[in-house]
Amino acid sequence: MVKKTSMYDEHVELKGKMVEFANYLLPIQYTSIVDEHLAVRQRVGIFDVSHMGEILIEGKNAIAFVNYLVCSDISKIQSSRIKYSLLLNEKGTIIDDLLVYCLSETKLLLVVNASNKEKDYKWITDNKIAGIKITDKSDSYSQIAIQGPLSKTILTHIVNADFLPKKYYSFIEKVNILSHEVLISKTGYTGEDGYEIYGEGDAIKDIFNSLIQLGITPCGLGSRDTLRLEAGMPLYGHEMNEDITPLNTSLEFFCKLEKDYFIGKENLVDKGITRVGLFNLDKGIIRENMEVFFENNLIGSTTSGTFLPYLKGSYAMAIIDKKYSLENTVVDVKIRNRFVKAKVVKLPFYKRKKVGV
Amino acid sequence: MENELLYSESHEWVKWISETEAYVGLSKYAAAQLGDIVYINIDAQEVSVKDVLGDIESVKAVSDFYSPLEGEVIEVNQEIVDNPALITEDAENVWICKIANIKNKVKLLSKKEYEAFIEE
Repeated sequence: MVKKTSMYDEHVELKGKMVEFANYLLPIQYTSIVDEHLAVRQRVGIFDVSHMGEILIEGKNAIAFVNYLVCSDISKIQSSRIKYSLLLNEKGTIIDDLLVYCLSETKLLLVVNASNKEKDYKWITDNKIAGIKITDKSDSYSQIAIQGPLSKTILTHIVNADFLPKKYYSFIEKVNILSHEVLISKTGYTGEDGYEIYGEGDAIKDIFNSLIQLGITPCGLGSRDTLRLEAGMPLYGHEMNEDITPLNTSLEFFCKLEKDYFIGKENLVDKGITRVGLFNLDKGIIRENMEVFFENNLIGSTTSGTFLPYLKGSYAMAIIDKKYSLENTVVDVKIRNRFVKAKVVKLPFYKRKKVGV
Repeated sequence: MENELLYSESHEWVKWISETEAYVGLSKYAAAQLGDIVYINIDAQEVSVKDVLGDIESVKAVSDFYSPLEGEVIEVNQEIVDNPALITEDAENVWICKIANIKNKVKLLSKKEYEAFIEE
């Protein structure tokens, strides 16, 4: 059965165009993807991301266990800190990407993709070691993301700035907002400064409503996707899947081969392909699953692509033969029945300017 | 009532200029479904009814733009090629292309009939 989040009625009230995504009814947009995208780049927007999965890992060896499951090194993770990582299968290909929240030495919260949560839970459980307790907490958490240069400003209307995490990829486990206890992390998926708040359905709904009252722009899944693409962030099912290793999708930074062991390590092979950014030099919009050629030779295909609202152009990510991955290489992309010229450009396409507040 | 817009079931509108010439545009309903329109490319010249005139692309998706008429594309509205957002803003007041030597047409609906059709 398709699920509604605790903010479903609010989305409908705000005229969100509701769609089914990963078994949840969520707004794809309220007014326009472009407007919502720009609101996040220039001001602040809010996303209902309650569909994300949360898996709690508890036990004396919780850190060692998760370190064995993921390819980055989280052995030194400290309480209140977060690490981005990847779950690999024995073949060394990607099961999912995730965030590891360290609640304590014996308690880690894994935040995983909505469409993968059952698969991840099963995989983690199948690889369980003695003394570890694994709980799927997905149904007990609602989650919102507050993203944009004014995210701190708007949040300080309802919570003292001292209770907001300061460092990127850190969190505060118990913060009281509007008489609710919630977890706040300084994280996001837009390339802007921002926070994500986790808590019970009623708590998150109250916070959502009060921020809407304060003038935050509600944003849907559409702009979530264009924002992450503009920021060069990979998305599972596009830049990552069970046919690709981290080495071949420009995620080698998160793959610590010097680590003694992690699942998939012995089979990690570099197939000579990599993820690049493409900028369309011609007319039209490059989208996902379009073939990329260099002088009539097929060298790969695009994994995501659209018109990026802030940069105002047709951009895509593609996985192609490494030989052609140097910046400024000009390739041909097949858009339906015609070809356009595109240039390999540096990722991310957009990087926020760091300004002192 | 000659200047009234008529609609095809594939969501284009037709505005007759004479018996053999007409402007073609996109219905407001279709524009709203597509969302922010960011690119339009009309590359057909001679078209039969239901032939593809070109592409209309929004942030969300690409969509074929079909010809409700058989004839010759004699002009493309440069204003909307340069600024496709005009369609998103006011689809039924901006034409996309002009077709001449019209020899045939699909079934065209009045505004009322079209509204009933999209209600279904």
